[in-house]
Amino acid sequence: MSPTLQNEALQSRAEALGQSLPPLLAEAEMLAATLMLGEHGRRRAGSGDEFWQYRAAHQGDPARAIDWRRSARSDGHFIREREWQAAQSVTLWVDPAKSMTFTGGKDRPAKGERARLLALALAVLLLRGGERVGLAGLAQPRSGRSQIVRLAARLAGEPEAGDFGAPETAGMVGHGRAVFVSDFLGPIEPVEAALSRAADRGVRGALCQILDPAEEEFPFDGRVIFESMSGSMRHETQQAGELRSRYLARLAERKDRLSELARLVGWQFSTFHTGAPAQSALLWLYRALEGGR
Amino acid sequence: MFMIGPVGFLTPWILWGLAALPVLWFLLRAVPPAPIRRRFPGVALLLGLQDEDAETDRTPWWLLLLRMLAVAAAIIGFAGPVLNPEQKQAGTAPLLVVLDGGWAEARDWARRIERAGLVLDEAGRDGRTVAVIRLTDAPQEVSFRAADDWKGRLAVMEPSPWLPQDPGAWIDHFPAGEFDTLWLSDGLDHEGRAMLAGLFADKGQLTVLTGDGPVLALHPAGFAEGAVLLSASRLDAGGAADIEVTGRGPDPSGVERELARARISFAPGETRAEVKLDLPPELRNRVTRFEIAGLRSAGAVSLTDDSLKRRKVALITAGPQAEGLQLLSPLHYLRQALEPVADLIEAPVTTALPANPDAVILADVARLTASEEAALVEWVEKGGLLLRFAGPRLAASDVSRFEEDPLMPVRLREGGRALGGAMSWGDAKDLAPFPEGSPFFGLALPGDVQVAEQVLAQPDPDLAERTIAALDDGTPLVTRKFMGDGQVVLVHVTANAEWSTLPLSGLFVQMLERLAISTRPSLPGARELAGQIWVPEVMLNAWGEERDAGEVAGVAGEDLAIAMVAGPGPAHPPGLYAGADRRVALNVVSPETRLVAAEWPASARVEGLATPPEQSLMGWLLSAGLVVLLADILASLWLGGRLGGLRRGVAVLAVALVAGLAAPQAQAQVSGETPPAPPEAAQTTDSAPPDTPQPGDDFAIRSTSGVSLAYVKTGDAQIDETSEFGLVGLGDRLWERTSIEPEYPTGIDLEADELAFFPFLYWPVTADAPTPSDAAYAKLNQFLRTGGMILFDTRDANIAAFGGGTPEGQALQRIAAGLDIPALEPVPEDHVLTRTFYLLQSFPGRWAEGTIWVEAAPADAGQEEGVPFRNLNDGVTPVVIGGNDWAAAWATDENGVPLLPVGRGAAGEQQRELAWRFGINLIMHVLTGNYKSDQVHVPALLERLGQ
Repeated sequence: MSPTLQNEALQSRAEALGQSLPPLLAEAEMLAATLMLGEHGRRRAGSGDEFWQYRAAHQGDPARAIDWRRSARSDGHFIREREWQAAQSVTLWVDPAKSMTFTGGKDRPAKGERARLLALALAVLLLRGGERVGLAGLAQPRSGRSQIVRLAARLAGEPEAGDFGAPETAGMVGHGRAVFVSDFLGPIEPVEAALSRAADRGVRGALCQILDPAEEEFPFDGRVIFESMSGSMRHETQQAGELRSRYLARLAERKDRLSELARLVGWQFSTFHTGAPAQSALLWLYRALEGGR
Repeated sequence: MFMIGPVGFLTPWILWGLAALPVLWFLLRAVPPAPIRRRFPGVALLLGLQDEDAETDRTPWWLLLLRMLAVAAAIIGFAGPVLNPEQKQAGTAPLLVVLDGGWAEARDWARRIERAGLVLDEAGRDGRTVAVIRLTDAPQEVSFRAADDWKGRLAVMEPSPWLPQDPGAWIDHFPAGEFDTLWLSDGLDHEGRAMLAGLFADKGQLTVLTGDGPVLALHPAGFAEGAVLLSASRLDAGGAADIEVTGRGPDPSGVERELARARISFAPGETRAEVKLDLPPELRNRVTRFEIAGLRSAGAVSLTDDSLKRRKVALITAGPQAEGLQLLSPLHYLRQALEPVADLIEAPVTTALPANPDAVILADVARLTASEEAALVEWVEKGGLLLRFAGPRLAASDVSRFEEDPLMPVRLREGGRALGGAMSWGDAKDLAPFPEGSPFFGLALPGDVQVAEQVLAQPDPDLAERTIAALDDGTPLVTRKFMGDGQVVLVHVTANAEWSTLPLSGLFVQMLERLAISTRPSLPGARELAGQIWVPEVMLNAWGEERDAGEVAGVAGEDLAIAMVAGPGPAHPPGLYAGADRRVALNVVSPETRLVAAEWPASARVEGLATPPEQSLMGWLLSAGLVVLLADILASLWLGGRLGGLRRGVAVLAVALVAGLAAPQAQAQVSGETPPAPPEAAQTTDSAPPDTPQPGDDFAIRSTSGVSLAYVKTGDAQIDETSEFGLVGLGDRLWERTSIEPEYPTGIDLEADELAFFPFLYWPVTADAPTPSDAAYAKLNQFLRTGGMILFDTRDANIAAFGGGTPEGQALQRIAAGLDIPALEPVPEDHVLTRTFYLLQSFPGRWAEGTIWVEAAPADAGQEEGVPFRNLNDGVTPVVIGGNDWAAAWATDENGVPLLPVGRGAAGEQQRELAWRFGINLIMHVLTGNYKSDQVHVPALLERLGQ
């Protein structure tokens, strides 16, 4: 390929990126703005900017650590402690497979779009809180405002060829946090493997399942040939309506399995739908990373 | 033409296509609906699931049926189906067309002639000879001729205003040989008709065409108990039916118009019905004809004659009448004779004459004042009939003794004479036969009429010609004098039985009739008609239209009498006949006429006049096929799961449709299966122990658990909300400032809710407020009587003053009309409302200016020495009426923030505060009555007033 052509391809991709990036970023910022959670304290004394407590000076405390203004009000010496504010590494994985491009209605976004939005908004929130955020296999965890733009650019890439994605664990920092955003409709084994690898490294996090309402309701009837998004997988039925209950049972079984897996490795699991607003999902994700429930 | 029932087919061979339907069935069955492709990520979860019913790859049977129906409709549609195709059948025999030609056919005569013309045309095309006869004509020889010969004559044929007299007489006038008959019948049975029909049926095919409208006949109007009795008959006793009968006649300006209208209702199964029509005599005497509205037929018209007219007769006697001497009263027998047939006026002359009587009877009146006499003379000369009876007073007076009194036909000799008494030689005298030329001529003399006393006429030269009745010794009994257009008649005996037995006999009544003072209640009999020539004045044609009789010759009374019974005929057509002194109506329908339906031989074909029009069904069937195809498209889409968004809408429609269809059935089933429940329910309600919860208990408990202010729901959501929040705001103020602690206000539906629980009702009046029902008024009045108060608020700032022209004011007047409201006055300065809690002199709401009205103080409310207030009425004023829109000023929302602005700035807030104070005063007044009028508080109040 000639360099000219290469440049042109690069240029057109860059333009496409430039078109898609700002709206996604703006939307993510707006979504993140709905959550005002304050500083990301560790609830213990440590190095940070915020005042934590005064304590009596012990043997071995450096003299310059003594807070003279406080000490002058009483006989003892006091040391002004600050709250420990340590940055954590959070690794996000957003399912890039074709199944995420599905949407069951014109009035709702594709699952992948919602997943990227959630991930980016979460990243905005975390970066604002001083954490380091990265994308599994795509971007190293870093902190700072510029990382947002980098993440947005990585997230806006083309979908992969495969029907279903496997969680990526590369680039995960030990004892950090991880978030997997996917529909988890594909084979369950890669998820199991990824979770066990994460558990080995002491990573905790959240599984966020994004589903389209159509996938929850199965509103089909009559003679239908179902195809996967790439067309590689198909299933034909005469009476789609009769499959509904069995499909829903399988879906519930899948969710139970995922929930069970998450519980085993100390992760959180929840399902969200593209038909509902993204705020609740974002709030849940943020809380899940806080470690509470 | 190939026929199935009433449907014929133009191209029946196309129907063979129906045989191909089974083949189509198998072909279609093999082709299942095409699948739809869907992208669906959840397919991974579907893998391995099997269909439970593998048979559905064939088209379902109902879809097949739908398609079969569509194809069948198309095939049948193209075969050209026609509903009621015209059947033509040509005969060869001569054709006889028979018309009844009576009044009963007049209504649809044009259609009959048209139909007969069509038949003639057809016969002409077929080369048949034709004869047309009309049964009302005199029988004549029937000859069959070419159809064209008859067409001109048929066109000018008209129905007669009578029915066929004797159809049987035609029977000898038909030629020998076969012929077919078309009989356009009026549906009535005539004498000899059955025989004729039998003959026609023997001769060939008899086809009978009958009209499809009802045959109605109006009988002559009669009298019954002072009212006009109208009766009508109909031919077929079907279900209930109403007909309108109108009475027409000239109005005072001579223009003919409708004067009366009555509705005659036929009961189901009855052929005759009647109605009484009570008309004032003025109107009744004007009516010249009754007719069934909207029916053009002589049978629907009944001319009225003198028998319907009732004359006004003034009865005048001299002096006061002694009580208890009824039989001796000079007027008793006159009254008895005239009361059933005339309208009596019993009044002094000067009062009676302006009532324009037809006759004035003076019974033994001797003296008349000059003015009375002048008035009577003038009245007689204008055509009045003055009938005088003699008597003791007349005999003893000097009236007409030497000079003939203008109001006496003869001069009288002094004293009169008595016959047959104990002190006289002769016997009582009988009557002589009435001379020719006398109005009484022809009346039979009963043998028992005797005259014992009479006044005698002076033998003047013209006595003989003035005598119209005499005794057998030649002395005049009744004398008459013409005067101007009128006449004066003197009966030389008393009107009571004192002097003669004449008033006791039937002759007395007949003589009064002959004098045209009274009129007959019924049809004139042969005797009354005989001996005169009756000349037609008005004649009726078959459509009931009046025609001038012109120069038609008169009819002898005897013939007319027969026609009155048998009905009119060619010799004496229906109409109004005038005799010497009265007019007689010969109507088409007599009182006894009965309408009898004709019965036809079994072989006759009876058809209606109208033929059902041909109707092609092709378009309908093809449209039906198209509709079915559309349904098939929808069904196929549904089967393939492609209806998508449509599906929900269709499902909703279908459910609604099924529910709509099923609901009445379900109700029917319920009502059919369960016995009627209400009596049981009523019993249980009665026998229920008092402590079981009753419906409405909730409302009662809620309303009585505390003081509850109430407002009337107007139906306008915004006004109701303002009322509710207004009372909330007022309740809050009461709660804060007084010991009254009202509950949340209650909205009242006047028709449904009990009012007894509430002391106070706020009633915002809207312009379109409905007037309460009687039950609601009863509740409201009970509420007012038992101490409740209603605050009427027209919310219009009283811009037009109380009761004025605003729509709300008018609505208030309308509503308050049914209420038990005492006299009102604007609030006086010393009314207790001004000081029940706050001292107030103005009562602003959202508006500040309006006057408010309360129950007026009693007139004797006195002001005692040294007391600033009158001792006013004792109770609570039941109503307070104003237009200041108080609720709007009181209203606060749930946070206590005023809902609506009042006035402007601080002054507005001051006004709102005053409004609240008024409200507090009002509720205080409602709950404490005139407590604050009590003298005890006067010094304290005075002290505060002084500050």
